[in-house]
Amino acid sequence: MYKYDEYDQQMVDARVAEFSDQVRRRLAGEITEDQFKPLRLMNGLYLQLHAYMLRVAVPYGTLDSRQMRMLAHIARKYDRDYGHFTTRQNIQYNWIKLEDAPAILADLASVEMHAIQTSGNCIRNISSDQWAGAAADEITDPRPWAELLRQWSSFHPEFSYLPRKFKIAVIAADEDRAAMRLHDIGIQIVEKDGVHGAAFYVGGGMGRTPMIAPLIKDFVPLEDMLSYAEACLRVYNRYGRRDNIYKARIKILIHELGADEYRRQVEEEFKHVKSLGIDPPKAEFDRIAAQFASPPLDASAPDAIDRSDPDFAVWVDQNVAAHKIPGHAIVNISLKPVGGIPGDASSAQIDLMADLAEKYSHDELRVTHAQNIVLPHVRKADLYSIWQELDAAGLATPNLDLISDIIACPGLDYCSLANARSIPVAQKIATRFSDLGRQKELGELKLKISGCINACGHHHAGHIGILGVDRKGTENYQLLLGGSGAEDVSLGTITGPGFDEDGIVDAIERVTDKYLAERSEGERFVDTFRRVGIAPFKEAIYG
Amino acid sequence: MVEHLHSDGEEPCVTLDAFLQQSNATAVRLEPDEDARALIPHLDRLALIEVAFPKFRDGRGYSSARILREAGYAGELRAQGDVLVDQIAYMTRCGFDTFAPEKALNPSDVEAALTRWPEHYQGAADGAVPIWKLRHG
Repeated sequence: MYKYDEYDQQMVDARVAEFSDQVRRRLAGEITEDQFKPLRLMNGLYLQLHAYMLRVAVPYGTLDSRQMRMLAHIARKYDRDYGHFTTRQNIQYNWIKLEDAPAILADLASVEMHAIQTSGNCIRNISSDQWAGAAADEITDPRPWAELLRQWSSFHPEFSYLPRKFKIAVIAADEDRAAMRLHDIGIQIVEKDGVHGAAFYVGGGMGRTPMIAPLIKDFVPLEDMLSYAEACLRVYNRYGRRDNIYKARIKILIHELGADEYRRQVEEEFKHVKSLGIDPPKAEFDRIAAQFASPPLDASAPDAIDRSDPDFAVWVDQNVAAHKIPGHAIVNISLKPVGGIPGDASSAQIDLMADLAEKYSHDELRVTHAQNIVLPHVRKADLYSIWQELDAAGLATPNLDLISDIIACPGLDYCSLANARSIPVAQKIATRFSDLGRQKELGELKLKISGCINACGHHHAGHIGILGVDRKGTENYQLLLGGSGAEDVSLGTITGPGFDEDGIVDAIERVTDKYLAERSEGERFVDTFRRVGIAPFKEAIYG
Repeated sequence: MVEHLHSDGEEPCVTLDAFLQQSNATAVRLEPDEDARALIPHLDRLALIEVAFPKFRDGRGYSSARILREAGYAGELRAQGDVLVDQIAYMTRCGFDTFAPEKALNPSDVEAALTRWPEHYQGAADGAVPIWKLRHG
């Protein structure tokens, strides 16, 4: 894992001092809320329906146990004893007092963490594959590149007042576990003739106008990655629309210009930018990469798992994934208990996960964009002990990638932008499908709920997506089918008229029943949908 | 460092269109939607380029400034308009050397803002040595 040196520490410490001063000036009335807003937003502090919400960055979703414990401490001391893990691998706290924010940032800085650029019209936290460094299918660990991008984008003087927010993801496997092509820039580290390079996909995103990022450059030499990103951003900063917040993302610019014209402009800008010497030397990459070296994992560790406890065996089959080193496994901890709030964890649960990471996973944890937690480097021989501890803490729900592993935004229960509640809908769906046998029969089924068209709950990318809207003052839920945020990326299609809160649960049941009736051997829900199209599902839903 | 607009004896800025048509002006004002690259052939006869920030949220002027400095412009580069103390450190990094804020800034806040960051992660137009270079000598 990356460890701060004196420079990194100095940067976060300076930020704490700066923000403390900004809060002081705001509380003293020296600056208006309008002037304070972009400043607090660049520190991850939103004003929500009931209180301030603080979003803490978890760069590329990687944490150690000390950092995880600090997240629990913040929940306990400054919030209501829980935190909410987000679709951008961050954590947010919903009940923060403005006057506490400087102290929280100081606490975070003491464990090499921050809330820098977790909101605002700047380059946001860099996201990545939650199985990086452990997955059998990656060609390299993408996180050193993500860290290089983190440093380049932190306090970037030219790109802190962009037309709109800007999200970057980096992966290094063909299986896309980070929704890479639904980012403003999605980078995939690829191999060509034995050399690694970066494929740049630019202009993806969700929101009210979802777009899948087109490939802008298939192979950027890695030593040019930052220059190329800088050129991509500079063209966007110059031409991105500023007259309409809903048309300000880079996806709209690229859609309007066309990928070819955008590429031409980026290439022209890149020729110039490359001459500026902004790319660090290989020695800097090597310094960072050395800190992501694989922990010492004994490849001769026993490979067998004692499956004699049937509940444990069910969990192993659903939540444990293959590790690249024999005798080891990746543990996925579901934060989606039936009837719970997707992504929420109590301080005690956060502490427990930190303990397990320290004891069993070489002190590492990951946050996933599906709002779950990963222990990336676990010995198979330890799985049973881990499961027992998770189970005792309510963290052993065996539903990874099943219909109850729901992504949901905070919705109208918290968010000032929302039109409808997301959490109660997620709870009702999970409860309706609580029978695990039924869930497993349905197989991989990614269900994602957003409480407004900003799409924080990734509804466009759900095999089943739900969009909450306001219809003449009442909450109404539209149903989308056939989306995917993975390597088979696609955008869901709206089925037709929306439903009320109970109606949407019924509609989903009709959809899943139809799938079971229509599916061919080995087909996931989304495969059947793609094969038969929307018509049979519409017929099942609306009659 | 912080100056006021049009101090005594200063030639008023002309618009970009006027400048491109009338070659004897030495001061030009660039609006957010104007392409700084249009000035690149004329930089050696300019003494002042004023970049307008009608709203602080509109960050196009940051790119304009860097592009001008990267092209070798050595004259005065002024940020004018909705320029707040919380933006001037980034503006300085992008190459601005004077500021004409619509609302006067508190000098001690300016001093604090400009000295808060001892080092920087990335290279920009202010000549600061990026942290990665400091790390590797």
